[in-house]
Amino acid sequence: MWKWLHSYADPERAYNLSGKLLPWFAMLAIALIGIGSVWGLAFAPSDYQQGDSYRIIFIHVPAASMSMAAYMGMATSAFIGLVWQIKSADWAAAAIAPIGAVITFIALLTGATWGKPMWGTWWVWDARLTAELVLLFLYLGVIALYASFEDKVLAARAAGILAIVGVINIPIIKYSVEWWSSLHQPSTIRITEKSTMPTEMLYPLLINILGFGLMIGAITLIRFRSEVLARNSMRPWVRTLAKAQGVK
Amino acid sequence: MKKGISFRQAFYTLLKRDLQIAIRHKGDIFNPLLFFILIVTLFPLAIGPEPKILSRVAPGIIWVAALLASMLSLERLFKADYVDGSLEQMLLSPQPLPLMVLAKVLAHWILTGVPLILVAPLLAVLLHLDSNSYGALMATLALGTPVLSLLGAIGVALTVGLHKGGVLLSLLILPLYIPVLIFATTAIDAAGLNLPYDGHLAIIAAMLVGSLTLAPFAIGASLRVSTN
Repeated sequence: MWKWLHSYADPERAYNLSGKLLPWFAMLAIALIGIGSVWGLAFAPSDYQQGDSYRIIFIHVPAASMSMAAYMGMATSAFIGLVWQIKSADWAAAAIAPIGAVITFIALLTGATWGKPMWGTWWVWDARLTAELVLLFLYLGVIALYASFEDKVLAARAAGILAIVGVINIPIIKYSVEWWSSLHQPSTIRITEKSTMPTEMLYPLLINILGFGLMIGAITLIRFRSEVLARNSMRPWVRTLAKAQGVK
Repeated sequence: MKKGISFRQAFYTLLKRDLQIAIRHKGDIFNPLLFFILIVTLFPLAIGPEPKILSRVAPGIIWVAALLASMLSLERLFKADYVDGSLEQMLLSPQPLPLMVLAKVLAHWILTGVPLILVAPLLAVLLHLDSNSYGALMATLALGTPVLSLLGAIGVALTVGLHKGGVLLSLLILPLYIPVLIFATTAIDAAGLNLPYDGHLAIIAAMLVGSLTLAPFAIGASLRVSTN
């Protein structure tokens, strides 16, 4: 199994594989986000307390949970890149970072617009909100560090170390609402027990979370492909590829 | 081949060397301290001299100033050694790198953290801090500033090879400092209200133990990346 996996460390094969996976991720993401959003925004029943303004949950929760998942994905690939010296993993980490930063920003923005009608304020300095903001800063730090090295092999390693150090923040965000008394509500989705949410609201939410995950996967694949090309621009296979596309 | 020196000898040699260098350049010790005092002095001028407000914000001011002072002084932790090449010699030596790094960070903390802790009560008096918060202030600073040095050293090690490291360094390490800041200031606030604060102290101590064991490895790995 390891031998089979290792063959994909080769940039050319990784490039081709991600090219084959991309349409699947993209189609499924579009389909799921379409279904989930239309269901959630138009057909799900409105909340008895919050009325219709709760519907932003169908964007907010997927974005927030994916901001953490993307960070874990980035840190994991950075770890693989550091330990086993697989360059493709470094490129994948570099590809995820900006996407994660944007999705974290979306989570913060939708959270603020949801907080305004519900809590009466755009922002509170509460544990979960602050930790999510720190997550955004961590993403920005990784991006800035990666950008500031001329040598991209070194850049990926340095940014990878920072990403791994920052992983400490993830459990803090995840459990902040349980550890500290917080204005932010505790999570309503339970994996092992029954969720504290009616199923007709839960299903579109789950579909959207999955859809957001696939969307991040698809954008990561696009960025990963261009990262591979940029880092291997001197290799013969990239040149033949470019020639086949009609580049002189 | 000649038998190398023991780990303990290596640790003390490096510690002594760093302390000696700093003592010969006294500015390295006093400038961050002066910076710390100046930052704290700016706040009463900016906010206004009312004792009530000042005593409310004093823990935050002292801690933010400590954070900034630690960050500024950290910049020079590896710089001189990197420029004159002794850092590479350290990397090449047979002694384990995390140990050497720990000695350097310890020296840095003795030179910048300890004076800061010593001068903090004086500033607390100037800011009218509640009299029952002093114990918490000293305890959080004693436990927290080594964490700042250890975490900050990771960021410094990552940026030591870069020319424009300064601004980048703050972006890298200030987010990592935030948990320490939160627990330290809530501990001091709790002490001001005569509430128990040993839980907060325990968490800061846990951060110290965690960073003491893990950070040297991260610093070592970062140095290897930076010097390549």
